[in-house]
Amino acid sequence: MSLLSVRDLTVKFAMRDQTVTALDQISFDLGKGERLGIVGESGAGKSITGFALMNLLSRPGFIDSGSINFEGREIAGLSDKEMRPIRGNRMAMIFQDPMVTLNPVLTIGQQMVETLQAHRKLSKADAEQISIMKLREVYIPSPEDRLGQYPHELSGGMRQRIVIAMALLLEPELIIADEPTTALDVTIQADIMELLLELCTSNMVGLILITHDLGVVSQMTERTLVMYAGRIIEAGKTREIINDPQHPYTQGLINALPQQTLPGQRLKQIPGNMPGLTAIPDGCPFAPRCQYAIDNCRRTRPETVSYANVEVACHEVNRLHNTVLEDQSA
Amino acid sequence: MKDIVNETAQDTILELKNLEKRFELDKGFLEKLRFKNGKFTTEERAVHAVNNVSLEVKRGEALCVVGESGCGKSTVARLVAGLLDPSGGEIHYDGTRIDNKSRRELMSMRKKMQMIFQNPYASLNPRMTIQQALEEPVRYHNPGMSRSDVRAKVAEVMQSVGVDPTWASRYPHEFSGGQRQRIAIARALTVDPEFIIADEPISALDVSIQAQVLNLMLEAKDERGLTYLFITHDLSVVQHFGTRVVVLYLGSVCELSDTATLFNNPKHPYTKALLSAVPQLKDDKPNHIRLKGEIPTPINLPTGCPFASRCASADNRCLSEKPRPLAQPDGAMVACHAVEEGRQTG
Amino acid sequence: MSTVATNPEPSRFERIWNSNMAYSFRRNPVAVVSLAIFLAIAIMSLLAPVIAPFDPYDPAQIDIMNSEYPPVWVDGSEPEFILGTDDQGRDLWSTILYGTRLSLLIGLCAVGLQAFLGISIGLIAGYIGGRLDSLLMRLADIQLSFSTLMVAIIFLAVTQAMFGSETFNQYAVFFLIAVIGVAEWPQYARTVRATVLAEKKKEYVDSARVLGFGPLRIMVRHILPNSLSPIFVISTVQVANAIISEASLSFLGLGMPPSQPSLGSLISSGFDYIFSGSWWITAIPGVVLVVLVLVINLLGDWMRDVLNPKLYKG
Repeated sequence: MSLLSVRDLTVKFAMRDQTVTALDQISFDLGKGERLGIVGESGAGKSITGFALMNLLSRPGFIDSGSINFEGREIAGLSDKEMRPIRGNRMAMIFQDPMVTLNPVLTIGQQMVETLQAHRKLSKADAEQISIMKLREVYIPSPEDRLGQYPHELSGGMRQRIVIAMALLLEPELIIADEPTTALDVTIQADIMELLLELCTSNMVGLILITHDLGVVSQMTERTLVMYAGRIIEAGKTREIINDPQHPYTQGLINALPQQTLPGQRLKQIPGNMPGLTAIPDGCPFAPRCQYAIDNCRRTRPETVSYANVEVACHEVNRLHNTVLEDQSA
Repeated sequence: MKDIVNETAQDTILELKNLEKRFELDKGFLEKLRFKNGKFTTEERAVHAVNNVSLEVKRGEALCVVGESGCGKSTVARLVAGLLDPSGGEIHYDGTRIDNKSRRELMSMRKKMQMIFQNPYASLNPRMTIQQALEEPVRYHNPGMSRSDVRAKVAEVMQSVGVDPTWASRYPHEFSGGQRQRIAIARALTVDPEFIIADEPISALDVSIQAQVLNLMLEAKDERGLTYLFITHDLSVVQHFGTRVVVLYLGSVCELSDTATLFNNPKHPYTKALLSAVPQLKDDKPNHIRLKGEIPTPINLPTGCPFASRCASADNRCLSEKPRPLAQPDGAMVACHAVEEGRQTG
Repeated sequence: MSTVATNPEPSRFERIWNSNMAYSFRRNPVAVVSLAIFLAIAIMSLLAPVIAPFDPYDPAQIDIMNSEYPPVWVDGSEPEFILGTDDQGRDLWSTILYGTRLSLLIGLCAVGLQAFLGISIGLIAGYIGGRLDSLLMRLADIQLSFSTLMVAIIFLAVTQAMFGSETFNQYAVFFLIAVIGVAEWPQYARTVRATVLAEKKKEYVDSARVLGFGPLRIMVRHILPNSLSPIFVISTVQVANAIISEASLSFLGLGMPPSQPSLGSLISSGFDYIFSGSWWITAIPGVVLVVLVLVINLLGDWMRDVLNPKLYKG
């Protein structure tokens, strides 16, 4: 049985004079202890997916239809109160900015003890013991002393470690990490990613890693979803997607990386911009930027099909596969 | 160190000599006052953002400055652009010292040196249409130019950077980040500069848009013969874009060399750690060099090598004496005692 | 990012009509009614010489025998005078129209003066910073520690004594504008300085500096247009305040002379007769003043809510 199963999840935003679709029939599964990456550009809907799973969407956003099944229980549409024993306890979220999670006027210890006591019947001393243990797990030096410190006394990397420790406090089954290292430096990012990977594998915790960085996804996850304009356009094993992407957008994204071109040469760019949510075209949302688009792409929305070990939403994937990918210059 | 300077003087477009920048933390007298050991003393704390940085930029090259947040790379850019005044050292442009000149004296130089900023959402005046934003610098620097000539100039630049002429009457908020950065580049190019300071110009943009903007900057370099001082934290961009690279750590130069040399054979322990930390697309085994601790604050700088507290090869000399950049056989300049003494581990 | 570019180029009117501000205005009945009332009062008072049946400044049209007629709906009224007459026999309706015109004129001009002083000082203090900033802001603090009315009373009393009431009455409008304008500049200076400090850090200002633009151009062409929202908001409040200040000063006898009554001096002149039963001389101009100030403040509140989305109605 899978840990999380999302079916046809649609999230809409009620705007001034129209309702826009931010997530359009998203479906995916996550097994126990599995690590899933969600990649896409800003506005693709990857963060909204994370918020929808945690039931944290706030007005004007709302879940329009579809189901989120977590540990065999339907959680889409649960009230805040019903969600409380699940959120933080069974599934935890790590944000880009650690200060979203940490309260600046409470010490680290107070916050960790409070979190523990909210969900478990524990004495303060026991809760502190568990907190120290978790801080040690995330390699925080002298954890006993940290409990008395305030978030602003710590560096950015240290704060993010503490946030990870707090996410792990109640031993959740699933961690949703939304760009957890974007605000950090490369060397710190590498440390945090390594830590997250280690913790998830050793504790069999499921991970949904939301990021724009294909390199991070490649190193951290087993499976990947590529999102574009609120839809999943490609899904499959991370290795397959990185090495042999099928959707023209995924191909373009990977080929656009500077590593993929000789120094000083023109990069293989994708022309144009991702459409805004109010202006998503009929048919394939990527069609206006796609060099392979034919009339059908602009008219009908592509179904998701299995092709070469991945699921891909593209009409022309057959034809595309035979095209030599090397000589595509925008 | 001097051997590079003396090559051909006219080849060097920009030269920084022992550049220093400190930001005073305590401004008034009362803030400086401290009560220590039973008596009052005055004490000034300062952030040492840039420490004794010397480098030159050759005409036609793209010199990349890399480092992590707080390493002083943006401060260097702002010092060169004249947005900040250095606390010490000199900046020479085209053989003329520019850091002690007034705004009026620098007017002619302004046309030669332009800057592109990190955040395209903030670098365009929200109350000016694209046309106004592009025309303003042309008019200002060419007061005698006729209206039609100004329009022609702007149209030419818009054409060359791919700014759609129908955008002209719209305001910046109507555009996406990539389009705005294109407009910002166009604005910088309207005065026909020869030198561009680019402060993280693509780090606020999405991957597919980054490639568009980088291509645009490369094209502009070829067509207009531009020289770049390119500030970034993204090493993959450096490898692609830069001809030479400077690695900064806590405001000091660690390593300066040709891009290819740096990526194939990094020497400074910090450069090695930095390169190993970049997430790679193809291999799925992260194998990076773990650094001890985190970057210290630049308020109280260590007396020795700034990197010593996190360096695996640090010894007593590193803790007490600050290393100077020394030339290596392959042309790289490396400021490291361990490299100098050949005792580097791993 | 709130507006999305529509395909055919929208006309200027369409743009304004579709803008967030116009939208929220249409959705807010209080703002619509307030603006309607304000415009009605403003237009009527501007057209005073046309619509007023009498000219209260013309002694030839005033007959002392007509004094203290009540409004038409009260017994003993004279149908000629809709709102009755004041103690000097002037038609109250005409006098209110002229008085409102004066009050609005003084209010707007005083705010214009305040805005000019305050914006210039605020821009300079915020943009240049350093010692000059400290000096100017300390001056503002000192100015603020005297209440406007106190400064105005002293100043007007002294000028009245110096020039004699004849000359003073002749130039009362200018004195009032000057004193109300000068006394309240720190409100503007502080607000403008705060926004300038925030705007100055943005990259478009750096970009203008790199392009070599001078400080004056950067302040006026770049920073000022982006600091307008708070200026609009305080301007509405300040107009209301200035009208009240003028009314208070006139009420105290330091403002407009009875021969050229503003709303304040009308209220004041009627005050002596309020217990003799002629309540309308004070009450009707009072209601006009209250309504005028109220609608301006309501418009200001609405504008603050629209222009500052972070500040929700509490």
